[in-house]
Amino acid sequence: MLNISGLREGIVLDHIEAGRSLDIYYHLGLDKLECQVAIIKNARSSKMGRKDIIKIEGGLDKLDLQILGYIDHNITVNIIQNNKIIEKKTLKLPQKITNVIKCKNPRCITSIEQELPHVFYLADEQREVYRCLYCEEKYGK
Amino acid sequence: MRHMLNPLDFSVEEIDRLLSLASDIEHNLPKYAHICDGKKLATLFYEPSTRTRLSFESAMLSLGGSVLGFSSADSSSAAKGESVSDTIRTISCYADIAAMRHPKEGSALVASQMSSIPVINAGDGGHQHPTQTLTDLMTIRSLTGRLCDMTVGLCGDLKFGRTVHSLINAMVRYCGIRFVLISPDELRIPSYIREDVLKANHIEFKEVNNLDEAMPELDILYMTRVQKERFFNEEDYIRLKDCYILDKKKMKLAKETMYVLHPLPRVNEISTEVDNDPRAAYFKQVQYGVYVRMALIMTLLEVEKPC
Repeated sequence: MLNISGLREGIVLDHIEAGRSLDIYYHLGLDKLECQVAIIKNARSSKMGRKDIIKIEGGLDKLDLQILGYIDHNITVNIIQNNKIIEKKTLKLPQKITNVIKCKNPRCITSIEQELPHVFYLADEQREVYRCLYCEEKYGK
Repeated sequence: MRHMLNPLDFSVEEIDRLLSLASDIEHNLPKYAHICDGKKLATLFYEPSTRTRLSFESAMLSLGGSVLGFSSADSSSAAKGESVSDTIRTISCYADIAAMRHPKEGSALVASQMSSIPVINAGDGGHQHPTQTLTDLMTIRSLTGRLCDMTVGLCGDLKFGRTVHSLINAMVRYCGIRFVLISPDELRIPSYIREDVLKANHIEFKEVNNLDEAMPELDILYMTRVQKERFFNEEDYIRLKDCYILDKKKMKLAKETMYVLHPLPRVNEISTEVDNDPRAAYFKQVQYGVYVRMALIMTLLEVEKPC
């Protein structure tokens, strides 16, 4: 059993699909922060079998929950203050995501206009389909 | 300020007003001859086009306005590496409205985001070509007097045909529309049109291979060209290019009130012997294209309709 010390103030990302924590670490830009970050891989979970957890010291302003919602909206975001969970945030699929994924369609205008942001919108919430704002090509996760 | 990037940018009511204006222009052309005096249309054509560019130019000239622009990327600053965003910001200083054709999908949207004048998408790669769809709608409405309660046959290349996809998207908004989709198996309608547009809107449709059998039930037959440029394999193109040729014999199977449309250019999918049939509407369609572009220019420039 591995022990990681408790978090006095910060955020715990729980119920991350096992093996995805490093992707999330980079997507959220946690590598650029100077605060303490703990990544726990393959933790035992009664619900998921195995799961990953990320603990981040500091406030919620460090996190882009929209991106997290796109990556995996089943992740639980626990806000910790004075060693206690004061809030559990549930994630939704964001309506729009910018510069998280890139359009792969070689006929899309984003393939030649380098400065353009890569914007995708949620076209079908049920099927979790995102389409490029410019060419409407579906993005396969 | 509004743009025309996708035919669905306008509601059914707005399209109705636009088509009514186009119809009034058709019947009272002299009344509109000076309505855009002093206004300038920029035609930004990054790839060759005959019909669309000349149709836009003819439309603006018929409204009393003038036209400037380029007709290939080589003769524009794109050849020097200028972005669409920079070009449209520059053109916004020279003209009151712009019509743009560009090979990349989404280019018109980028232009509209940076432009201070209305932008009309005159074709962005295989993505959208809204003024062709408006032309098709006007042709059908003018010839049949309605845009509802009819059976529309779409024939030929239904897989790559951008005009077909746009027309389906536009027509499912009207009631009582039924589609007969006539194509070889290799060129069937893409699954996203079948699932997300036709089935999602509970539209009655059937997919068939045989044009002869479909002819008697059609009110509109929309023919398309099998486009050589869409094929990677020359053999496939040669095998499929002549799969449907509309001729006099096939026209005998059709209703007297059916009309044949085609976005043009045709290669050989409609025999020239059909041209004199009163039901052949594809050259009338070209004329309607000018009226509908006139109406669109007026609408986007917010020019008052003359009394």
